[in-house]
Amino acid sequence: MRVLANGWTFILVRRPEAPVFSFMTIADVGSAQEVTGITGLAHMFEHMAFKGTAHIGTRDPGGEKKAMDEMEAAYQAYQRERLAPRPDEKKVASLFAEFKHKQEQAERFVVRGEFDEILSRAGAAGVNASTGADETQYFYSLPANKIELFAYLESERFFQPVFREFYEERDVVQEERRLRVEGEPLGRLVEQFVSTAFDAHPYHHPAIGYMSDLQSITRTDAEAFFRTHYVPANLVTAIVGDIDPKSLIPLLETYFGRIPARPPAPPLRTVEPPQAAEKSVALEEPSQPQLLEAYHRPAITHPDQAVYDAIDDILSGGRTSRLYRSLVRDQKLAIEVSSFSGFPGDKYPNLWAVLVVPAVGAGTDKVQAALRREIELLKVEEVSDQELAKFRARARASLIRSLGDNQGLAGQLAEYQRLFGDWRELFRYVDRLERVSKADIRRVANATFINSNRTVATIVTRQTAQPAAGSAGRER
Amino acid sequence: MPTPAPSIPPRRRPRVLIWLALLLPAAVVGPATAQVAQPGDLRYPPLPRFDIPQPQRVALDNGLVVMLLEDHELPLISVTALLRAGSRLDPPEEVGLGAITGGVMRAGGTERLSGDALDDYLESHAAELEVGVHADSGRASLHVLKQDFPDLLQLFADVLRRPAFDPAKLELARRQAIAAVARQNDDPDQILDREFRKIVYGPESPYARTPTFATLQKIRREDLIAWHRAHLHPDRMVLGLAGDFDSAAALEAVKRAFGDWPRGPAGEPPPSALRRQPSPGVYYAEKDDMSQSKVEMGHLGVEIRDPDYFALQVLNEVLSGSFASRLIKHVRTEKGLAYDVGGGVGGAWDHPGIASLEMSTKTETTGAGIAALLAEARDLTAHPPTDQEVELAKQSILASFVFRADSRSKILGQQLTFELFGYPLNWLSRYRTGVESTTTAAVRDAAARHLHPQDFAILVVGPQKGQDRPLSDFGKVTRIDIAQENTGAPGAPKR
Repeated sequence: MRVLANGWTFILVRRPEAPVFSFMTIADVGSAQEVTGITGLAHMFEHMAFKGTAHIGTRDPGGEKKAMDEMEAAYQAYQRERLAPRPDEKKVASLFAEFKHKQEQAERFVVRGEFDEILSRAGAAGVNASTGADETQYFYSLPANKIELFAYLESERFFQPVFREFYEERDVVQEERRLRVEGEPLGRLVEQFVSTAFDAHPYHHPAIGYMSDLQSITRTDAEAFFRTHYVPANLVTAIVGDIDPKSLIPLLETYFGRIPARPPAPPLRTVEPPQAAEKSVALEEPSQPQLLEAYHRPAITHPDQAVYDAIDDILSGGRTSRLYRSLVRDQKLAIEVSSFSGFPGDKYPNLWAVLVVPAVGAGTDKVQAALRREIELLKVEEVSDQELAKFRARARASLIRSLGDNQGLAGQLAEYQRLFGDWRELFRYVDRLERVSKADIRRVANATFINSNRTVATIVTRQTAQPAAGSAGRER
Repeated sequence: MPTPAPSIPPRRRPRVLIWLALLLPAAVVGPATAQVAQPGDLRYPPLPRFDIPQPQRVALDNGLVVMLLEDHELPLISVTALLRAGSRLDPPEEVGLGAITGGVMRAGGTERLSGDALDDYLESHAAELEVGVHADSGRASLHVLKQDFPDLLQLFADVLRRPAFDPAKLELARRQAIAAVARQNDDPDQILDREFRKIVYGPESPYARTPTFATLQKIRREDLIAWHRAHLHPDRMVLGLAGDFDSAAALEAVKRAFGDWPRGPAGEPPPSALRRQPSPGVYYAEKDDMSQSKVEMGHLGVEIRDPDYFALQVLNEVLSGSFASRLIKHVRTEKGLAYDVGGGVGGAWDHPGIASLEMSTKTETTGAGIAALLAEARDLTAHPPTDQEVELAKQSILASFVFRADSRSKILGQQLTFELFGYPLNWLSRYRTGVESTTTAAVRDAAARHLHPQDFAILVVGPQKGQDRPLSDFGKVTRIDIAQENTGAPGAPKR
């Protein structure tokens, strides 16, 4: 591990299985760092990180900067009028035309897709990024001889990024929201569920952002967000593969070290208050029923993390789990039960949630009662030795299985470094899970599974006929 | 960040983590002084010589082909059996039989061990055993910790050879399959995929049919037994092992578990794809609870053994391989019409794949989206791939070629597939040579031979209200009633 003078942390692992390497950069910023009006911006920034830099993606950096500044001024003027209490529609239209004109001028400088083209030529695989509530990840793999290209591109990307084509990309992100959230019943359910479960904490709002924000965030917003959160001390990169850590370190210093240190990002202030009463939300949809129940739980760094993992595995891990055997196999009420811990993020106190897919004809009420009975049991009876042993064996094996892949291992190491400030916590976890006792499980179950700590979200099938039914066969 | 103590490996760590202890202790380093190169100036050292490890291939007397590839990095062993048996062989009145048989082979246990006992045994050993049946093949896999390998290999053989087909597990599988049919219109992607296959292959094609309440209700336990008897034979499968074993000892274990399994009768040849004439026109499945239209347009693709396959790989890269490719650059980046857009001429191992372009775009730009995709397809004639585009595409495929063989389980998995479908075992290097020797002219010819925009069937799934143009602008419109297949079942919702 190396921490550069500017604060950027690197974890290097030599794994010479094949002449390739993978890396994962995690920025310690996600949608939880957004406030009202700029939801979706962390993710929007992730998209902009593929648009190039002052040197990549432009025909003329100086000319482009001037054109982009004019375009942004035109957009700000248009937006001020558009969002005014009583907008003058004519003025809005002419300001919009002016913005479009400036946009076209700025685009003349753009070399489209150059960042990605350089990576394609170099043989990059799995080029991608993702944004969550807590963090933003950037990752890909390259042949081993392209390590210096990696150092150049990945330092340049956060050294002097240029947010070109911002407003076209905003349209793309709106399509992403329509695709992931609006187009699928489960997407709509999860959005309602999370915003119901959290009152104060920013986990309340969706990482993809609200549509009105996606239609109004600006390049100026993105630049401010970048300056605040993409400081070197907020970044961790793990590199795994056919690398030579000793000779790599000077290269990292040369490229990544040129980024000046900046003050750390401000900490998140808001703490979710204890939930006072059970909450629920029901969506009437033209689709089949779903049941989602969740309980608030502490952050992943809490000493009880392994206990929560044990509860999660015993309740819903695999075909021998209690919920599968009881709800799916024996009572025939469900066809599938899955649970997720650490939702929608895990850095701050979050949710343990269980999703039940009811069988055809099974009423949600019955499913819910059966689910609650199993959860109650954990509070009053101890789990068996076999259940505990099985949890430990599966957790150990899953850790081992995660090590045989450059990209997976880079992700895990960077993740633990970000959360715990020490990647070795990944392996200390093996000790923690050995120490989980039956009494721990009962204690945590009693503290967690209480009515006032619960949020329920359901999809109820809408009974009205589809309006389109009579128009079958008609042409238009 | 404070300097942590020198790396102390956690106690009771798995032995495989030794290399982590070799990491350098953390330190804060001084400012950089060396020069930063621009990408154009970077010179790359040659990639070190990398010989793709080759599995050992042994054919047993009963026709079972076994491939072994040692990998001693982690104390894990994986076993994969690929079966020459797919859901394409399901009788038309019992569509779903193959998939259900595969599921119940695993869930229903064996003659020695009930399904529940098998679950307990596997999960207490942190092992995973699954059987799945797809359109053109079946796949059984086992993932175990090294120390459990001998016992679990025997169990794996029992699941394949002596499944009990417990009636209760058949009912469970049927319940799950019926629920999946009831939910098949909840996810727009599933609708698009299912209906497009029906248009391209024909609704009765073995590559397009999907289970219905009626076909699932017809399936009886005897049918599962008969399906198993017809398709599960050592000479109709290939078995691969990768992991921390000694090949000679592992081969002996395989012989003990599978060696006395007699050969089966000659199997049926794969069915033809029931290729009909192309069905150009617009097909529309109305779905109101979306704010986008999902669009897919195209026709049948190729078999992978088609001589044009390598040129088509280059063409696909030109079309949508990266952000520098035509579809993504024009439809996504320039026009902002879609988040997901892509396409190309697809191939399958022993039957034609699908050639198509697809995207999701907001309802208000449905027509604009269709027009943009059609324009890209037609533009391949007006502006065929240039030397520069072909050169970039080839370089991208060849430079990333190493990732096709960067893990031993990946290498083994590919070799098993080549063996199952009768491809040469050096197919991967043929692929590289094939792409290397592809010329711009070959890419243009392949595009002209395999992409015919005038024959495109255009499928649209989404709301009607708010569309920017009538769909009839793009051809004769045929409506698809997606709710129809859901009617008539016990307990199924009426829509």
